Amino acid sequence: MPNSQFTPGIASGRLSDTELKENFADLHAPLEAHEALVAADRCYFCHDAPCMTACPSSIDIPLFIRQIATGTPEAAAQTIFDQNILGGMCARVCPTETLCEEVCVRETAEGKPVEIGRLQRYATDTVMESGKHPYTRADATGKKVAVVGAGPAGLSAAHRLAMKGHDVTVYDARKKAGGLNEFGIAAYKSVDSFAEREVEWLLKIGGITLETGKALGKDFTLASLQDEFDAVFLGMGLGGVNALRAEGEDKSGVADAVDFISELRQSNDLSSLSVGRNVVVIGGGMTAVDAAVQSKLLGAQNVTIAYRRDKGAMGASQYEQELATAKGVRILYNAAPKKVIGNGAVEGVEFEYTTTEGGKLKGTGETVTLEADQVFKAIGQTLSGAPEELAMDGGKIAVSEVGATSVTGIWAGGDCASGGDDLTVTAVAEGRDAAEDIHSYLMGGA
Amino acid sequence: MADLTSTFVGIKSPNPFWLASAPPTDKEYNVRRAFEAGWGGVVWKTLGSEGPPVVNVNGPRYGAIFGADRRLLGLNNIELITDRPLQTNLREIKAVKRDYPDRAVVVSLMVPCEEDAWKAILPVVEETGADGVELNFGCPHGMAERGMGSAVGQVPEYIEMVTRWCKQNTRMPVIVKLTPNITDIRKPAEAAKRGGADAVSLINTINSITSVDLDAMSPEPMIDGKGTHGGYCGPAVKPIAMNMVAEIARNAETADVPISGIGGITTWRDAAEFMALGAGNVQVCTAAMTYGFKVVQEMISGLSQWMDEKGYESTADFVGKATPNVTDWQYLNLNHVTKAVINQDDCIKCGRCYAACEDTSHQAILMSEDRVFTVDDSECVACNLCVNVCPVENCITMKTLEKGEVDERTGEKVGDYSNWTEHPNNPAVVAAE
Repeated sequence: MPNSQFTPGIASGRLSDTELKENFADLHAPLEAHEALVAADRCYFCHDAPCMTACPSSIDIPLFIRQIATGTPEAAAQTIFDQNILGGMCARVCPTETLCEEVCVRETAEGKPVEIGRLQRYATDTVMESGKHPYTRADATGKKVAVVGAGPAGLSAAHRLAMKGHDVTVYDARKKAGGLNEFGIAAYKSVDSFAEREVEWLLKIGGITLETGKALGKDFTLASLQDEFDAVFLGMGLGGVNALRAEGEDKSGVADAVDFISELRQSNDLSSLSVGRNVVVIGGGMTAVDAAVQSKLLGAQNVTIAYRRDKGAMGASQYEQELATAKGVRILYNAAPKKVIGNGAVEGVEFEYTTTEGGKLKGTGETVTLEADQVFKAIGQTLSGAPEELAMDGGKIAVSEVGATSVTGIWAGGDCASGGDDLTVTAVAEGRDAAEDIHSYLMGGA
Repeated sequence: MADLTSTFVGIKSPNPFWLASAPPTDKEYNVRRAFEAGWGGVVWKTLGSEGPPVVNVNGPRYGAIFGADRRLLGLNNIELITDRPLQTNLREIKAVKRDYPDRAVVVSLMVPCEEDAWKAILPVVEETGADGVELNFGCPHGMAERGMGSAVGQVPEYIEMVTRWCKQNTRMPVIVKLTPNITDIRKPAEAAKRGGADAVSLINTINSITSVDLDAMSPEPMIDGKGTHGGYCGPAVKPIAMNMVAEIARNAETADVPISGIGGITTWRDAAEFMALGAGNVQVCTAAMTYGFKVVQEMISGLSQWMDEKGYESTADFVGKATPNVTDWQYLNLNHVTKAVINQDDCIKCGRCYAACEDTSHQAILMSEDRVFTVDDSECVACNLCVNVCPVENCITMKTLEKGEVDERTGEKVGDYSNWTEHPNNPAVVAAE
């Protein structure tokens, strides 16, 4: 341990290996069989259950919990996977506190919802750990579909299409499949290479060829895919990062939060990762929380999330905000970045306090400067390099309810497509629904 | 402070809570612990005749069913009567009674259906100083195959005969324990009375198979791949037991026979319910076997608090108070009209009432787009199913319509008391001229 939390500047090895290992352990330990039964017993098996309605992938939650309660977690997993083939990851990363668990009637009754996320993980882990893949392919249709992007939307679409008997080729610009599951989620939410194992498990259905390191617009074009395939699904996510639009953001020590998160996820040796002593994260979403919490867990002495609006407007849920503060992160609300200070390397960030008047955010004129030797920008991502042929909507590819774009034979889903809320679970549902529509399109003439 | 002391067939105890004849009362060690915990009395586990004791299986003796969170709801057993030598039990009974003179010690007995067998055992029990005997005519497993237990209890003539032998051969009070494995519980109770019994106690356990091992294809508890029916007890049997107690209490032939109530009593409230139906005291087993002897302390404090709240000074003040309200269906007031009412503030919107009513009943609960559940009085027959499936206590209640109010379902005004015996649809009704 060459350094400590007090080492100035950006440094690695601020904590011991033991501390790092502890800090990056599973955020929520998996339920033991007994715990799962106790948790499952609390479900009331509601009629037209609110949790199911709240789930973007419409998993039949009361049914799968009842299947756990009756000793058949395998059947429970099937119920989950039928709707959401990445149910294992969603069980780990879904903000259940703003989805299924928020509307659980036991949240209403006792302020303590049924632990739906953890139960889902229990069921899906049971099947995935057995190594078995519960789906088989329908008879080959002879149709070929290209999927661009091996993230949640693309993988979900590919699996459903392969199951229907189509031959699927999945392209991804990165060297590894998984998308944000692999590169964009805090390490403590997906331990033991879960994202990688999940992709391997998903591919067991067969009929899916994975082509990594191949990017749209570089290695192939939409036109070339249209020539070669019967249908195309675009799920390449958001490649660009919003600019800070504050003076001096090009100083060294200022980085994109998504890159930091990605680097951390791919690291085999956390002690070799560098982090500042005073870290400032600018933004208010899950990415900001993931970057801030992980900076703290790596050994940064002071970590502050600065968000330009108030607590209620923050994209990260109340639960995520509390997680951050519990880990020792300070959240500064109503602070808009004005200037990155420093002589070459960042030394601080000047913020102006804000207030909302008549629904409009405005500066109060009062400023505050936070000391910083590392600044992470987490103010949203943008779609870059969208094919010009496609109609756009609010900076994203315009799609119908089932993911059809303005061009016949091309579908899109996940973060790159319009609508949705940029959640893993939403992307999975969109990929699934687009696959169903593609299937109808491909088989319609048959 | 309410007086919990109880006198049952002349036997005094500081409270009406006795431990039933069962494994918890098989040994001095257990019974001493029970008395230290506060139990008012025990019925010592059933003794057999002098000679080599019975043997028990050496595999599992119990099977169970569970509710949510593995709460034990029903227990069954295939254990026989005491498997310890008679003299050991007699010595221990004597020692315990000597040290706890204020507690009730009743001894359960089961010997062959011959007068000599009963004549032999009664004096040696009397010699221990025990307060009374309970005749075990109830155990449905094992001993019944040998012509004892429920094999006697199912034949009223045998009950009468054995009870008479006992009354003729001891000065101790004789309590006859009844088996529920019979179609009409009043018959054995009447037989016991004819034989001179001082009281009846009920219920003994119910023939049962609690579960099946689907790998071994054997009932549980499983002994080397086989199982046999066992005696079922615990909270699950309480409704069956209470009905039997009430049937005896309201039967003109047996109304004056004291009853010791048994069957799934777990809390003070259970005990109060049995006693309200006519039980002079209660006996408990499964609750103690599930939670230990300490449960009696909640029973004592709870019963005492409730009696204070109600102004009952002694248990005699409320014993049998509910008995007159147990009636036949034909006397129920058909003009008593109620409607379900859902308290929207308490409703957690689970929709179980809706599913139950819509799928299995009368389509009388309406569900709005935003999950507000309301009752349609024009369809509600007041069946109470919604109340029973609602997870929030008192969220759904039954509102009684006043006389003269219109029942929206029938369009008729609520009238005076009228029952089936007077109803025009009853073919047995002879029109008054």
